[in-house]
Amino acid sequence: MQQATKPGGHAIETTGLTRRFGTLTAVDHIDLTVEYGGIFGLLGPNGAGKSTLIKMLTTLLKPSEGTARVAGFDIVAAPAEVRRRIGYVPQLLSADGALSGIENLTLSARLYGLSGAALKPRIDEALRYMGLADAAEQLVKRYSGGMIRRLELAQAMLHRPAILFLDEPTIGLDPVACLSVWDRLRALNREHGMTILMTSHFMDEVDELCDVVAILHQGRMAACGSPAQLKAVVGEAASMTDVFTHFSGGRLDEDEGGFRDIRRTRITAKRLG
Amino acid sequence: MSVPGEFVAKSLAIAQMELKKLFRDPTELFSRAVQPVLWLAVFGQVFSRVRGIPIGSVGYLAFMTPGILAQSVLFAAIFYGIAVIWERDLGVIHKLLVSPCPRSALVFGKAVSAGVRGLVQAAIIYLLALVMHIPLRTDPLAVLGVLSAVVLGSALFATFSLIIACIVKTRERFMGIGQVLTMPLFFASNAIYPLALMPPWLRVVAGFNPLTYLVDALRALMIAGAPASHSLVANFLVLTVVFVLFVIVAARLYPTLVE
Repeated sequence: MQQATKPGGHAIETTGLTRRFGTLTAVDHIDLTVEYGGIFGLLGPNGAGKSTLIKMLTTLLKPSEGTARVAGFDIVAAPAEVRRRIGYVPQLLSADGALSGIENLTLSARLYGLSGAALKPRIDEALRYMGLADAAEQLVKRYSGGMIRRLELAQAMLHRPAILFLDEPTIGLDPVACLSVWDRLRALNREHGMTILMTSHFMDEVDELCDVVAILHQGRMAACGSPAQLKAVVGEAASMTDVFTHFSGGRLDEDEGGFRDIRRTRITAKRLG
Repeated sequence: MSVPGEFVAKSLAIAQMELKKLFRDPTELFSRAVQPVLWLAVFGQVFSRVRGIPIGSVGYLAFMTPGILAQSVLFAAIFYGIAVIWERDLGVIHKLLVSPCPRSALVFGKAVSAGVRGLVQAAIIYLLALVMHIPLRTDPLAVLGVLSAVVLGSALFATFSLIIACIVKTRERFMGIGQVLTMPLFFASNAIYPLALMPPWLRVVAGFNPLTYLVDALRALMIAGAPASHSLVANFLVLTVVFVLFVIVAARLYPTLVE
């Protein structure tokens, strides 16, 4: 399989990236550089601005201020170019339950402009790669949570994106399903050279997968570095949880994590149950 | 791929999957048949005894049959947007919007599938008319014209529904607005009474209602000697222009669903 294309420069580069909703500043002057080839973790409590940041980087939301280049293209000036080069797996389970696995993949492939002779081999490969070949014809509503996540990864890898964005990839999954998703994410990163940017609440996951971690707090960048570096800052024998607590204020913020966040998480968890 | 080629290919990809889902679970299609039966078999039967409605030489049942087809097209299409709100809550829309598919193709694909779905309404009405011995034109060109008008009308109102969904964004508000809109659209049209019978202000409102042009086209195409207010060309032109405008507006609003 060919490697994802890597234009020169950084995978992601933001300068003063800001998004306001009315009087609330969800993302506040973020300067972030993500290099090609790694797995980058974006952490922070609910309401810290992770989802808003991802939405801007994936061209779903325009920034109020600042700029960002993703895969070499400006997110505001050339969103179509950015879209061609990225894959995205939303936090919510976005595979269509009323369609079979192969139908979901066919739709994605066609929306990314794959057609004719190129279509079937790509879909077969993605199904095999994600261990779903036997379930290809089944309706997705009969899939387990882990299978749906792997199908979504299959959908996101079809067009060989340079960068893959994942919002809470293992939320609500049981430990075995988590392991299978981690394994596939690592494989996409190592074997296909896909740069991965993921958000997570799950510190084991971050420890397990991420090369570099950024912690957001109230829309600002509280810390950025490798897990080892960040742990060293916090103290001897610090865990990722200690790091997270240290940089995200270390207290329960009553004003963070709105009703919508919680509801969304619960809906996802329920669908997986 | 050329830009128009890309647009068509991606619209078709969307339409095809939408139709697959629809025909996999066709209960909704059949439940949509109940209302037209009531209107024709109950309301129509009673009102065909009223002699004061100026509809020319055709019987009232024949007069209202195209109106009921247009109504069932409207009612089926106007709640189409709820699916988009559902998809928004599931994250499907997020994924579609991150793909390089043009927004207009996402909207147009849905409109095409709604158009095809509307054909089922046409089949139901033709079947009913046959059972009730309502005299309809059966020449192939006329039937083809009816089917085209039904596809266009369904696509138009489904796109209108998408626009509403993009604006209100929640299921509860959407259902409320949908209920509020359907009846005024229906009554401020020539579906069950001619424009000539309306008070002047209502006639003005009806002139801005796309349903009026759909009914007018369907009536000319379904019934021999039916009174028509506009030419077929004018009716199709109005419907097409409104549809294109709606697609442009909906494509503009679509990304706001995920903001």
